[in-house]
Amino acid sequence: MHLAYPAVLAVLLFSVGVYGVLARRNVILVLMSVELMLNAVNLNLVAFDVWLRDALHAGQALTLFTITIAAAEIGLGLAIVLLVYRTRRTAAVDEVTALGDRHEAADDHAKEQAAA
Amino acid sequence: MSTLLAAAGSLEPAARSYLSPTGQEIVFLLVGVLVLGAAVVSVTTRQLVHAALWLVVALGGLAVEFLLLTAEFVAWVQVLVYLGSVVVLVLFGLMLTRAPIGRSPEADSGNRPAALAVGAASAATLVTLVVDAFRSSWIDLSGAAGTTRLTGEYLFSHWVLPFEALSVLLLAALVGAIVLSRSKDGGTDARPRAGKLRTGRPSAAPTKPKER
Repeated sequence: MHLAYPAVLAVLLFSVGVYGVLARRNVILVLMSVELMLNAVNLNLVAFDVWLRDALHAGQALTLFTITIAAAEIGLGLAIVLLVYRTRRTAAVDEVTALGDRHEAADDHAKEQAAA
Repeated sequence: MSTLLAAAGSLEPAARSYLSPTGQEIVFLLVGVLVLGAAVVSVTTRQLVHAALWLVVALGGLAVEFLLLTAEFVAWVQVLVYLGSVVVLVLFGLMLTRAPIGRSPEADSGNRPAALAVGAASAATLVTLVVDAFRSSWIDLSGAAGTTRLTGEYLFSHWVLPFEALSVLLLAALVGAIVLSRSKDGGTDARPRAGKLRTGRPSAAPTKPKER
């Protein structure tokens, strides 16, 4: 099999994941896009492991480790999402702005008003 | 550069043409199109639950791709962990945050055009790079490289320490998830229930002598 096929598929999946992370508003959909990106990396690791055939099988071992870390990440991420939902009653990324720079936001708001 | 990379893998030059694909390549391409389509629908659909279900299709297709690349054990771990637990967790998360059933117009944020531009730019750059680098590389799929026996041998002979460290990490993460998601009034909720059980026992005890 040509190495280009899995490599290109992994790249396209990663780009789809990047689009999802940037475009989605619901936190859980953002987490799903992160899972897509991690899976693209997994496909790359497996393909290069089969291609290089090293004795340690680093690619497949790292794939298993990535899957573990992804499981930990989604569990912890969903716990945080539930905590935020319980305190704020929202699961939208752009409404959780407690740590945002208020001065800058106020400046932008003033500029918008000045422009309008 | 590309010749150097090719020499690291198979030593055969570009004798294989892209115009005469093998059977494995055809299956890989078909499943790849399915995976990519499911992923695109999953990040663009406005129905949140459908997005999670399309994610199942994408991840399951990826498991088939792992099987085609002879990584048997990784494929089954993918099915077990991703399709079995991650997607269920995501569905529970959607349920617990009261995600609307049906179309929700607020699924996408305002920076969608920028996201589209970034995604397209990264896809174009990386595809150009990858195709240029690995055009003539050939994966030799003969000989199983990922059977469960082989995986166990290398995982528990060369990778024991990272494996154990990761298991501790997973434990810590899950304990952290439990601590985070425990509600503050959950402790007071649990107490009356225990009392109820305790009051239930004496009322059941006097009936026993009567039956005797």
